[in-house]
Amino acid sequence: MSGSAAAVRYSAEARVVRARAERKDTQMQKYMYLFRGGDAARAASSPEEMQKHLTKWGAWFKGLADKGQFAGGEPLDFTGKVLRGSKKALSDGPFAEAKDLVGGYAIVNASSMDDAVEIARGCPIFEHDGILEVRPVREMQL
Amino acid sequence: MTAANVAPDAAQGLVDHLFRHQAGKMVAVLVRILGPGNLDLAEDVVQDILCRALETWKYGRLPPNPEAWLTQVAKNHAIDLVRRRARFSELAPDLARHLASEWTLVPAIEASFDEPAVRDGVLRMAFSCCDPAIGTDSQVAIILKYLCGFSVREIAQAFLTTEDTVEKRLTRGRTALKARRDLFDFERDESDGLRLASVLQAIYLLFNEGYHGANDTVVVRQELCQEALRLGLLLTQHVALATPDSKALVALMCLHGARLPGRIDDAQSLVTLAQQDRSRWDRVLIAQGLGWLAESSSGAAASAYHLEAAIAGHHAVARSLDETDWRAIRGLYDALYRIKPSVVVALNRAIAIGMAEGPRAGLDALESIPGREQLDAYPFYAAAMADAHLRLGAVEAARGQLAIAVALARNPTERALLERKLNHVGGESWPSMS
Repeated sequence: MSGSAAAVRYSAEARVVRARAERKDTQMQKYMYLFRGGDAARAASSPEEMQKHLTKWGAWFKGLADKGQFAGGEPLDFTGKVLRGSKKALSDGPFAEAKDLVGGYAIVNASSMDDAVEIARGCPIFEHDGILEVRPVREMQL
Repeated sequence: MTAANVAPDAAQGLVDHLFRHQAGKMVAVLVRILGPGNLDLAEDVVQDILCRALETWKYGRLPPNPEAWLTQVAKNHAIDLVRRRARFSELAPDLARHLASEWTLVPAIEASFDEPAVRDGVLRMAFSCCDPAIGTDSQVAIILKYLCGFSVREIAQAFLTTEDTVEKRLTRGRTALKARRDLFDFERDESDGLRLASVLQAIYLLFNEGYHGANDTVVVRQELCQEALRLGLLLTQHVALATPDSKALVALMCLHGARLPGRIDDAQSLVTLAQQDRSRWDRVLIAQGLGWLAESSSGAAASAYHLEAAIAGHHAVARSLDETDWRAIRGLYDALYRIKPSVVVALNRAIAIGMAEGPRAGLDALESIPGREQLDAYPFYAAAMADAHLRLGAVEAARGQLAIAVALARNPTERALLERKLNHVGGESWPSMS
């Protein structure tokens, strides 16, 4: 009697667990790509090479958009201000080494970190020896 | 709706070579404003502007008018530079007065970026680059660098030479250019048309490098030809520079350029005139070329450009090799040889004689070229001899000459062409290297 009740409860829990797992498999998660560096190669490019490189970026982002993976992105200016600590001390920034400066970001829908990394491999930033940082966006658990 | 939420529409919408051409225009205008002494500064600023455009546009969205965006950024840079540098002695002397006052600074710079002013700036820069004191090689190199936005590597690749060689040519050109107080002014500095002649010659050389040069990449060849044509057309838009010679050079470039697509096949190999698929020739460009040729005939004397354009015109309108007006072409070569008595012109004249009067006459003409020994190392002389022998039925003599031609080939493209010819001996006639 109690055994069968336990079995029912167990199977119900299993269903929930399974459903959660399945949802995790198919549910897309957001990842932020931070684009850094590549300035030296860029500065050494000829105008024609720059335009070709630009076209590759455009094609890459368009590919992401066509597959529903693109969820926004914008370039960042290299100037800025930095507020720091409890005193909110204000200074000109950003402070990172120029070669590591974040030049922009994109938000990408991917099914897993592996997937997000795989998508990132196609980014033209590597032609310029740049850096791409992939960070999962933390989402509110409901 | 913020920009971040808009899906990228891809940067495919840019006009081909926009960066390259804008670089040339912006450098010219900045040098016009800042003075030739600030050439390096102008170049750096333009590089920065293009980097910034790349950084901003690569996220897939372009400004509605990319060219206007670049121009605006360049204007802002120019205003900034003039304000910050305050060394007016370096600035263009005729502008310095306007640039010295905040009241007139912005309008003066705005005006320098107007379209006619940009065109004028590019032309004045081209004339400044063609200083007769430096070799034509250097003139062409700095034109490609500063007016066509080519990098040292790209120039070296196009001319199949080393970056060191290009650097040396550029240094000579740059030194001469920077020594100028301001850019060449047609009204003020040109009295005898000599500088225009240098400019035409440099453009002609640039075009020939694309058309006859050793680079076996079609794209590179086309780019050089197109750059030359672009500069030539710019001359025709300027009332004082649209001379009969300028128009004839443009005609020549259109009529040769029209045949470029047929000159190289899908396997990137050179194709002889006899074997070219004439349906691949660009009919629109041929029509334009013939139009320019007609317009160019207002002058008193026919220049080499006129004669070469007229020869190219006969080829361009002929339906086949046999239906070509070889007698007219021969007459034009006679006239060309009188102006430009080079052995290569003599060779082409002899080929035309062979086509007009038969292979025996052609062979005689080939053998009696004055200074013929200068052609001993030129593969297309032996190839022309082979063709004449072949038409006379002397297959073995033809094979011998073709073997010599193959051995003399100066690059893989030529070698491939001549080897194919050797393998097909017994095929049809092969009259011209053009």
